[in-house]
Amino acid sequence: MAYVAIKGGEQAIDNAHAWLAEERRGDTATPALSVSQIQEQLGRSVDRVMAEGSLYDRELAALAIKQAQGDLIEAAFLLRAYRTTLPRFAHSVAVETGSMRIERRVSAIFKDLPGGQVLGPTYDYTHRLLDFSLLGDETVAPETETAAGHVGTMPRVPDILGHEGLLEADAPSSREPGDLTREPLTFPAERDVRLQALARGDEGFLLGLGYSTQRGYGGSHPFAGEIRMGEVSVEIEPAELGFDIDIGDLIMTECQMVNQFKGSKTVPPQFTRGYGLVFGFGERKAMAMALVDRAMRAAELGEDVTAPAQNVEFVLYHSDNIEATGFVEHLKLPHYVDFQSELQNVRRMRKEAAE
Amino acid sequence: MAVLARASANEIDTLLTKHGSVPSHTILRGPEGGLVMVRGRAGGGGSAFNLGDMTVTRCTVRTESGFVGHAYVAGRETRRAELAALVDALMQDPDRAADLEVRVIAPLAAVQARHAAERAAKAAATRVQFFAMQTMRT
Repeated sequence: MAYVAIKGGEQAIDNAHAWLAEERRGDTATPALSVSQIQEQLGRSVDRVMAEGSLYDRELAALAIKQAQGDLIEAAFLLRAYRTTLPRFAHSVAVETGSMRIERRVSAIFKDLPGGQVLGPTYDYTHRLLDFSLLGDETVAPETETAAGHVGTMPRVPDILGHEGLLEADAPSSREPGDLTREPLTFPAERDVRLQALARGDEGFLLGLGYSTQRGYGGSHPFAGEIRMGEVSVEIEPAELGFDIDIGDLIMTECQMVNQFKGSKTVPPQFTRGYGLVFGFGERKAMAMALVDRAMRAAELGEDVTAPAQNVEFVLYHSDNIEATGFVEHLKLPHYVDFQSELQNVRRMRKEAAE
Repeated sequence: MAVLARASANEIDTLLTKHGSVPSHTILRGPEGGLVMVRGRAGGGGSAFNLGDMTVTRCTVRTESGFVGHAYVAGRETRRAELAALVDALMQDPDRAADLEVRVIAPLAAVQARHAAERAAKAAATRVQFFAMQTMRT
């Protein structure tokens, strides 16, 4: 199947884009939306576009959302395209989520974990009733309660459970991680490449796949060991300096999923783990990522690979919404020649059947 | 550098020019925008993986007395990168470092610490104690 080159239509295209610009602006009786308003008041959209656009820049993500009329996949596409115009100066030292300045941190497996449970600015426990007071202009946000006492860095749940050997330990390696933005995806894909693909993957797709593992398609009985969100500092080592420097903070969400056991002749049974880490405050995405990460470790942990979420090729080839958009939407392009040949085929077949 | 990377251009400018104009300097490189690939670790402590890029601006300047300073700061604010590189260069001068530490770095650090403490106090107000029902699983 292939599409063909066509000419003409420039005037129509120009007019369509002019109309698009007008539609984007909407009724001019309503004040224009500023990029800083999007950045400040549509933060979860900004977070999602940064994660799936694979570029942390709150202002650019907000601009992309404005330009795309709030179409978040289109906005992520715009960010990805912009990203390709910039040189890469360096890669960071791996961020230390253990030193995160915590704004939210909950665990479903320990009631009294060291550091405590911190809800942060969450939608959990809200009643999901429309708040009609927001129809008006709120000029001043209600004051947030503060409390004495310190919420600083907190030990991560694997650090707590790991001491007893009950939980699978992290396996550090000094190997240079693969990079999907530099080398094409190849199989078998190692966990570093899988995590990169998941981190930039479509939230909806991963949510559905994660959900499928809970419903029995490759299930491994997960517990949300810990979810944490907050600021993490990023360090790089520029060649001209030769030592690490701190270049600023990013907000990230991390999910440690704790799953049922695995043991061997040498290692007694212990909990296994799935991991999620995303740019911004993206708890649903981080949890889904951790479920799918664990599911894709099936072969490594000696489990049967039977379900879609366990199939590394299936997940990685279909998780990227920019690629998926490109291929699904390319069907709009002219396939006139292709279709003509199919028409001839079907006419011939019908004629033969009638004879 | 951690403090300068978190300050706005205006904040640095205001503190730097409190006792005169911005010290003259030559720009050797930039300020130019680019990317840093942010890395995480599988499981939080395992082998590294590439999480995604972030925007970064870098700049290198030389002061009149010949000290060279570099800056890499998150985001796309070019003025901030230039001022951060300038302060970095000025601070390499042993005669000025202590003065700049007091005049520029310490006040910026104090503002940032206050901001962090405000967020931490809000987080502290959402700290909970869950009481599990002992009878639920008998």
